[in-house]
Amino acid sequence: MKSVSIAEIIKNENISENIYDMLISVPEIAKEAKAGQFINVYTGKGECLLPRPISICGIDEKKGTIRMVFQVVGKGTELFSALKAGDTVKVLGPLGNGYDISEECTNNVLIGGGIGVPPLLELAKRLKGKKQVFIGARTNPILVKEFKALGADVYVATDDGSEGFKGNAVELVRKINPDVDAIYSCGPKIMLKAVADWAEEKGIKAQVSMEERMACGIGACVGCAVKIKKEGESDWSNLKVCKDGPVFLSNEVVWNE
Amino acid sequence: MSNINTSINICGVEMKNPVTTASGTFGSGREYGEFVDLNRLGAVTVKGVAAHPWKGNNSPRIAETYGGMLNSVGLQNPGADYFMENDIPFLRQFDTKIIVNICGHSIEEYCEVAEKLSDADIDLFELNISCPNVSEGGIAFGTQPVMVEKVVSEVKKYTKRPLIVKLSPNVTDITEIARAAVSGGADALSLINTLMGMRIDIHRRKPVLANKIGGFSGPAVKPVAVRMVYQVSKAVDVPIIGMGGISNGDDAIEFIMAGATGVAVGTANFANPFATIEVVEGIENYMRKYGIKDLSEIRGIID
Repeated sequence: MKSVSIAEIIKNENISENIYDMLISVPEIAKEAKAGQFINVYTGKGECLLPRPISICGIDEKKGTIRMVFQVVGKGTELFSALKAGDTVKVLGPLGNGYDISEECTNNVLIGGGIGVPPLLELAKRLKGKKQVFIGARTNPILVKEFKALGADVYVATDDGSEGFKGNAVELVRKINPDVDAIYSCGPKIMLKAVADWAEEKGIKAQVSMEERMACGIGACVGCAVKIKKEGESDWSNLKVCKDGPVFLSNEVVWNE
Repeated sequence: MSNINTSINICGVEMKNPVTTASGTFGSGREYGEFVDLNRLGAVTVKGVAAHPWKGNNSPRIAETYGGMLNSVGLQNPGADYFMENDIPFLRQFDTKIIVNICGHSIEEYCEVAEKLSDADIDLFELNISCPNVSEGGIAFGTQPVMVEKVVSEVKKYTKRPLIVKLSPNVTDITEIARAAVSGGADALSLINTLMGMRIDIHRRKPVLANKIGGFSGPAVKPVAVRMVYQVSKAVDVPIIGMGGISNGDDAIEFIMAGATGVAVGTANFANPFATIEVVEGIENYMRKYGIKDLSEIRGIID
């Protein structure tokens, strides 16, 4: 039987505007988790009923810790931002399917936008071969140094040009035109669609991590639907981001909505 | 344990305890079956099943509200054939009753799914004439007494198991709808389905839900649900399965005192995957604390 874990917070730091870096001790999740999965974090407050799905940014199996880098976007994440080392939080996971790591690929391109960047960090740790990481942000790109420390080539794009290339991450990808045989991405849907277009030109099925409003996080409520048309199927169907995803193949997502 | 009797009887179907699940919050039991022992539930009420697969509404389908949530899933389901092949055999592995919620866009579709399932190995039907998230059928049938009576009496021709009719709270007088369902042939009633609600994202100046309007559920709706169960229990003589914001045993006892025979746990599952079992245990604790041997001692005790 599965259970909900009580995790102790080891640290919780404000690393950028509205962005927090939380490390929790939860060995049972750290033991199983893969890059690209997420966990449900419970607020413990009746008025904020639903768990918040938060992507896993780092997994340390030996220390039994999970790292989450999250953005304050509402009341639930605001509550999490106020938690301190020593506090506990209820979590459930790991949930969803992570990225599929292909051992044969030698030229990996990782494209992250906004708060979609964190799950790519654990992925970058696990990828063999060359890693070219494109980080997009409105103004403050996150985790840049950490990707560099992993030996990745890091390219930064900001909407306002305050750092790196002025524009979005996919425009920067097109400008750099990197050698590529595997594409991994996470970020806003509009960015993922641009990634899908670029991937199609390159003849590659990108792995894109989708986001949708969720209730249960485990596939029961069917709240987090995304339109997917599997290869060989004549029509799309609504799949669940939480259970069937969050990672889907870019050529199977029905983008035009 | 031995000196309390939590069992109930709904139209000849014996349940070991009054606790079931609210349709649409528990799938067919597979997902939450990884957290709770389904053998401990009185029944599992499955997510709405239609004659043919339904795709459901566009996303976003979920919006949280203070003490509750909105959904506009729109009864996405893989259809009756898939359900019979996959979900009934799964649920039959457990010692729990199976309540099948059925939905349609028209009287013909309701009858078609009832006919398809008429010989299936299930215990009870629950007729969903109260979903606020489909444009045809659903709530359109559940808010007018004449239509309620008509759809119930038509579907009743095809159901070989007792028929529970699930009522919408989005009406002026719930007792009028309850009476219409019973005169159409309802063997039992379940209530409440979700209340129609809306949330607007003031930064984007748009509704949060793609469907604009959705069904409101969760702890915040409980007083409305208790009131309606109370009113309906005074108006008709069939068993009632009460639901709407039940999160623990005390909530369930409130519904039973209001007149419910069974109780269903819905949105609470999302907030706490163990909610169903905690409700079962909470009812037992209440009974022990007050020396209640059988739930009939407190059922409908409010005048």
